[in-house]
Amino acid sequence: MIKKLICIECPKGCVLSVETEEGKVIAVSGNECPKGARYATSEIENPLRVLTTTVLARGLCVKMVPVKTDRPIPKDSLSEAMTAIKRIRLQKSVRVGEVVLEDLLGLGIRVIATRDVLSEE
Amino acid sequence: MVERDLVIVGGGPAGMAAALAAHEAGITDILLFERDQHLGGILNQCVHTGFGLGYFHEVLTGPEYADRFAKKIRETPEIEVSLKSFVVHLTRDKELTFLKPGLLERVKARALIMATGCRERTREMVHIAGTRPAGIFSAGLAQKLINIEGLLPGRRVVIVGSGDIGLIMARRFFLEGAEVKAVIEIRKESRGLLRNIVQCLDDFNTPFYTSHKVAKIYGRDRVEKVKVVKVDDRLNEIPGEAFEIECDTVLISVGLIPENELIEMAGLAIDKKTNRPVSAELNKTAIDGLFVCGNAFQVYDIADSVSRDSEIAGRLAAEYLRGVS
Ligand code: SF4
Repeated sequence: MIKKLICIECPKGCVLSVETEEGKVIAVSGNECPKGARYATSEIENPLRVLTTTVLARGLCVKMVPVKTDRPIPKDSLSEAMTAIKRIRLQKSVRVGEVVLEDLLGLGIRVIATRDVLSEE
Repeated sequence: MVERDLVIVGGGPAGMAAALAAHEAGITDILLFERDQHLGGILNQCVHTGFGLGYFHEVLTGPEYADRFAKKIRETPEIEVSLKSFVVHLTRDKELTFLKPGLLERVKARALIMATGCRERTREMVHIAGTRPAGIFSAGLAQKLINIEGLLPGRRVVIVGSGDIGLIMARRFFLEGAEVKAVIEIRKESRGLLRNIVQCLDDFNTPFYTSHKVAKIYGRDRVEKVKVVKVDDRLNEIPGEAFEIECDTVLISVGLIPENELIEMAGLAIDKKTNRPVSAELNKTAIDGLFVCGNAFQVYDIADSVSRDSEIAGRLAAEYLRGVS
């Protein structure tokens, strides 16, 4: 079976032709770089996304601190991950890259801050 | 009046890149104005990924991308950053008047780079009939409310236009638990990047109507519904091809326009259609030593290109200062 996908790894947005057999990718064409082939395989067999959102800050110089998952997580768990991340309250300063949640949904994924929030209110 | 070698207006991606490039090219007296209380400009509210691939060869979120530049600027004592500083007046001689909490001051720039970015086109610019209830936001304002203020502006959302910010906000609203009823694009194709159609709409099964327009907004105090009409190739409404969508929020995402009131005040010609400065060459203007860069010069799709081109403005300013000294 041939499936058409748009690669989301970079702004070019190559249109990929993906040949699959029983849910497995056997050939990819249309990608202008190797990332496209990797994306196609993952997208068919186990679609993943990096989740970016914000968490509530308490007593800091900003109201919200932007965060992301340190690796892509299964697309199906985005909503559940949002619920878990919404429970976080950040009460002390953080730096870019600092972990704000250790093990998201037991996936072994960390949630990290994407902005320095240094000064308190 | 105090005179500075180089003044830069705007501490977003354009202004920061210009400042660092000018410094690298040998300028040692730089004053950078930013109206917000942090450097970074719009990047601070763009919490999604997709930045940095061109410039840093890695995928970053907006705040991370801003942070890379802001840190370098903080490590550069020759660049003085003036936060919460709003420039209100500019003359042909590159004299600036600015407001800062508690003061109104003037400064003369020997060279000046305007990196004032752009703003969103509004409902008025696309002519949607109907009432003026609460619940109509530009996509970028909604982004600020959610990502900076922590407020969800609505629960049942229709997005007018498929600009990238609108698409990004479709995903953001969905993840925040709102229902994104539809994205309505008058053209045949998306205005935004294809990858955003995939990861912001298709991922969440959000309906996307191309060749359709929102013809009317209904609601007394708050938005209640919109009327959507199919259009033909010449963007004329096709009678009989209309339907309604109930919603409490309408986001407008119909493009950006450069923000250039200050240079217009200084007497520079502005293209009436695009709001770009009339210019023969990248970043240059008809006033010697006055440069415009980033989204103020032309609207870019990608922040990395803003940084790259704004560095050229920094080097042009350095070259100019060497020439006149
Ligand atoms: S295949 Fe490569 S070039 Fe094409 S969109 Fe994907 S990452 Fe970009």
